[in-house]
Amino acid sequence: MRNRPLLRTSYNQELALLDTTSKKVAVGILLAVGVALPWLVEDQLLQLIGLACVTAIGAIGLNIVTGYAGQVSLGHAFFLAIGAYTAAAIAGDPDARTIGFGVREILIWLPAAGVVAALAGVLVAPLATRLRGLYLAIVTLGLVFIGGHVINEWSSLTGGPGIGRQPPAPTLLGYDLNTGDAFLTRDQKLYLLMLVLLVIAALAARNLARSRVGRAFTAIRDRDIAAGVMGVNLARYKTIAFGVSSFYAGCAGALLYVGIGYFDPTTFNLLLSVQYIAMILIGGAGTVSGAVLGAFLITLLPRLIREVPSFLPFISNSPAESPNAYQLETVLYGVLIIVFLIFEPRGLFGIWIRLRNYWKAWPFSY
Amino acid sequence: MLRFEDVRLSFAGVKAIDGVSFTVAKDELFAVIGPNGAGKTSIFNVISGVYRPQHGRVTLDGTDLTGLRPDKVAKLGVARTFQNVELFQHLTVLENLMLGRHHHIRYGTLAAIAWLGRARREEIANRAVVEDIVDFLELAQWRRLPVGLLPYGVQKRVELGRALAMEPKLLLLDEPVAGMNLEETEDMARFILDVREELGIPMILVEHDMGLVMDLADRVMVVDFGVPVATGTPAEVQHNPDVLRAYLGEVEAA
Ligand SMILES: Nc1ncnc2c1ncn2[C@@H]1O[C@H](COP(=O)(O)OP(=O)(O)O)[C@@H](O)[C@H]1O
Ligand SMILES: [Mg+2]
Repeated sequence: MRNRPLLRTSYNQELALLDTTSKKVAVGILLAVGVALPWLVEDQLLQLIGLACVTAIGAIGLNIVTGYAGQVSLGHAFFLAIGAYTAAAIAGDPDARTIGFGVREILIWLPAAGVVAALAGVLVAPLATRLRGLYLAIVTLGLVFIGGHVINEWSSLTGGPGIGRQPPAPTLLGYDLNTGDAFLTRDQKLYLLMLVLLVIAALAARNLARSRVGRAFTAIRDRDIAAGVMGVNLARYKTIAFGVSSFYAGCAGALLYVGIGYFDPTTFNLLLSVQYIAMILIGGAGTVSGAVLGAFLITLLPRLIREVPSFLPFISNSPAESPNAYQLETVLYGVLIIVFLIFEPRGLFGIWIRLRNYWKAWPFSY
Repeated sequence: MLRFEDVRLSFAGVKAIDGVSFTVAKDELFAVIGPNGAGKTSIFNVISGVYRPQHGRVTLDGTDLTGLRPDKVAKLGVARTFQNVELFQHLTVLENLMLGRHHHIRYGTLAAIAWLGRARREEIANRAVVEDIVDFLELAQWRRLPVGLLPYGVQKRVELGRALAMEPKLLLLDEPVAGMNLEETEDMARFILDVREELGIPMILVEHDMGLVMDLADRVMVVDFGVPVATGTPAEVQHNPDVLRAYLGEVEAA
């Protein structure tokens, strides 16, 4: 067996997620680094990486509906907002100026945020059975504008634009995650929480993708008429795709601002939706690892760019001067999307596959 | 078992099917032939629920199929292949065949996410069925490849496999040998005969080309401009003057 890594003796082996030794080793190392990270990097960076983990949960969600099921949604910011405000309202301080029920237990507000967003997703899904492609994208874009208007006006829930409110301050089975203690700082606790949630979310998505549900999604994406003739109920699976995707978005929205401790209704705009689309395009639509890579890249990009002026002195770190790092960032988003769409439609994931094939064939060049 | 009664279907004035009726008996291989644009594919689209006819009825074993959604028709036991291969290009041969098993695999979304006992058991059981089909159609060497990479003749065979994976009561084959070379055509003819003899599934075979139909079919219906010209055994149909006219007419036009 050791010398024939592709020899499988049961279907069970073949269905395993980590089907080769090198995959097992790679994932093992990644997880070990992930768990050790709180003791390796400073808290400020840790908070950013925690944010990347949560963003990745949201990107995995968008990838389910857009990457796997092929239903282009620009409404992701809408579902993120629903999750964020559901969680904030359940966990919020009852004495504060914004609505709050004081239930800080994450095992309650996190699933609740996911479920409320999922219900909204299921309500939106019938649009996808009527509209295709660009039309669906434009209508889901409408959700962002309607949602944006509602949350800007509803200041007893959201605090209103420019003022905002606090996100949940999580406790887990009574253990306070929102303050540091003798063992762990606040940022270390929150990072570990988000890492664990990302692992669970990624695993669940991989399971879904390899199941009959995931196959039905891909069938609808590639050829919807043939999918129907094979017995796939199109309306039902589009609804499932929107529901699951929005569940992920709801959970991600609930957690996105926990690290920073504040959020404002104006964040849930079109740009946020576009950023998520960028993540799955850059990472590689239709793969879980691609969504995670894309989310990390887009979240960490501003921080990386902030380092640029130290070795390219003509670029300034001050927004008042030009060219500055913020302009560079905006330009880079656009360039990255265009470059990936043209040269590597499978995204970072595709580059990884190419590298892997290169090393498999090494030293031969074909 | 299948009754197709006085069906009419038109698109913005073009009469694609204009009063066609036929029945297919158990164990029968029924062929539909006719020139391009005669309405053969449209007949399949009406049976499988892709098109809704303006008039007429389609029943399978007494169950009315008229106007049902394609996935309902599939669940009632109708499988088909397409004239222009309609496989899921990015999926492997195995995954395409597993899609054919879609409504035989029974577990829901939550079970899929958890991937515990039930989902795993169902996947393995159905995978075994799919592997039998891979053996039956001699697809083993390609099973892990995305179908988009396979030669055209093999893709046609995978499509037959995907339809067989549905364990249909009735199989519709739309020009299964169109665009194939002689060797591929002979292979496909052999598989169609195997399906008939070993699985005993009744079939409707649409063909543009006469040769294969005359060899395989029990009965043949000839259509032209959406109208049935003649129905009977291959020998009867071959000598029917109307049929000769429809075909000769096409040769002159071409
Ligand atoms: N979706 C459609 N829209 C408009 N016209 C169609 C459509 N499908 C078929 N037709 C017309 O119906 C007629 C029969 O087509 P078809 O059933 O594909 O013929 P065949 O399969 O015998 O070549 C043709 O004139 C074709 O142009
Ligand atoms: Mg045709």
